[in-house]
Amino acid sequence: MLHNLFIGELADRLGKREISSVELTRHFLSRIERLNPALNAFITLTGDRALTDAAAADARLGKGERGPLLGIPLIHKDIFCTDGVKTTCGSRMLDNFVAPYDATVVARLKGAGTVMLGKSNMDEFAMGSSNETSYYGPVKNPWDTAKVPGGSSGGSAAATAARLTPFATGTDTGGSIRQPAALTGVTGLKPTYGRVSRYGMIAFASSLDQAGVFARSAGDAAAALQVMAGFDPRDSTSVDVPVPDYSRNLNQPLKGMKIGLLREFFEGLEARNAALLEAALNIYTGLGAETREVSLPHLPLSVPTYYVVAPAECSSNLSRFDGVRYGYRCENPKDLMDLYKRSRGEGFGAEVKRRIMTGTYVLSAGYFDAYYLKAQKARRLITDDFRSAFEKVDLVIGPTTPTPAFDIGAKMNDPVLMYLNDIYTIGANLAGLPGVSVPCGFVDGLPMGLQLIGPHFAEAKLLNAAHQYQQATDWHMHAPRGYES
Amino acid sequence: MSLTRQDVEKIAHLARLSITAQEMPVYVSSLSSIVDFVDELSRTDTEGVLPMAHPLDGQHQRLRADVVSESDHHQKYQLNAPAVTAGLYVVPRVIE
Repeated sequence: MLHNLFIGELADRLGKREISSVELTRHFLSRIERLNPALNAFITLTGDRALTDAAAADARLGKGERGPLLGIPLIHKDIFCTDGVKTTCGSRMLDNFVAPYDATVVARLKGAGTVMLGKSNMDEFAMGSSNETSYYGPVKNPWDTAKVPGGSSGGSAAATAARLTPFATGTDTGGSIRQPAALTGVTGLKPTYGRVSRYGMIAFASSLDQAGVFARSAGDAAAALQVMAGFDPRDSTSVDVPVPDYSRNLNQPLKGMKIGLLREFFEGLEARNAALLEAALNIYTGLGAETREVSLPHLPLSVPTYYVVAPAECSSNLSRFDGVRYGYRCENPKDLMDLYKRSRGEGFGAEVKRRIMTGTYVLSAGYFDAYYLKAQKARRLITDDFRSAFEKVDLVIGPTTPTPAFDIGAKMNDPVLMYLNDIYTIGANLAGLPGVSVPCGFVDGLPMGLQLIGPHFAEAKLLNAAHQYQQATDWHMHAPRGYES
Repeated sequence: MSLTRQDVEKIAHLARLSITAQEMPVYVSSLSSIVDFVDELSRTDTEGVLPMAHPLDGQHQRLRADVVSESDHHQKYQLNAPAVTAGLYVVPRVIE
């Protein structure tokens, strides 16, 4: 079945002209029509545009052009500006916003010949760990539609897991690719900060946000990253470091690779989660890797540090939404202050307002030193801990999430409880490090992920380690029931 | 160290957010728990530690040559505007 093939296999068939991009696109569009209503993974479907783009890809293929992503369908998280297509960021604030330009990520993938099926549902302004804060309703986990898929990139994760698309873009500020990838049984990669351009990616927390990818294998993630990564002069935090060939070293043997077990991640880990990690470690030692314990003593500060830094940055980034130039405007504003307050009060959902206010508070006079400055110091302590660990090991390993997917509605009344879902993922964002989550088994019939984190710009090594694990196991091959065919 | 209703009203005003009377108690309670949660940081020893604004060391703001590189797209961009007249964004009267 076409939707169970990997990107390389699809590209091969397209290259041999056994299938056309139009046929492939129709296949996914019809799956989406049939299967998406139960999942609510999309905010906007772009079927007509997709068929036009597929025909253009077929023309390029017809002329003999070949490329790893030429003619391959994908979906974009609705946080990426897509020229001429509604871009909502999961919010009422942008319900009427049609992006007038393409994000760099979108333009690069388009140039490589991908076909956009639609824009995926997400937590509002990327703030959430369950895809329950979206103005467009929650996304359901295809493994159990009473459960969340994770967030904030819940739509991209669910759609990839349900085989509604070969791959999808996402963003990860505190875990928003890795956590939903773990909860939906797919591979999710967050690159190093600065590796992928943020131009045209609606900003949440500028020192943490990073674009990345959901796919069903490390090999597919490598193919996507190859196109997405690279210096962009339009993003002033984009790093001018050469992009290696991410696919070339996938098959490198792991003999001698040193993998660090993060003591702070394994402490208090729930027994079944720990058992899955134990089994994964045995696979890695079987592949020739050496494991040793490393300690990051300041890591437990990650979640409070993040929940000072990220809201502070979001309060600044979201101040542009003022009802003046674009986005939601309230009816009959009586004066400018009323225009601002009601456009924002009505346009933003509760979690977004909570985070804007948290950020405003920690940056306000009298509190800046105690909270924001303090958090920036804690951030350095956490980053330094990682740096010391990477002097001893090549990668660190741990769980991606504390539990499998939880029930929709279970954590919505307690923001702090919701925030603790990110406990294993946040450290990598604070330190700007790349991380990948791969499926590693099941708990209560629901997928679980293992996470690998590497030093800056170590994506090739991460993908190599992930790929070798996927050659030795088949967790990543499992499809949720009802979505295999 | 919980927040009071007055604290939240002041914060909401700074953030230019309207909060209704019914919503207010929920925000007071949730913001208080968030602030209590992040207060853990105050118990950390950060003596002599430099604050970190940015995850990568050595990054600085790149500059570019002062030459025109864009063209006028205002008509396209203003398609998203709530109210536009003659290329200008229309807002309630600001200056009395």
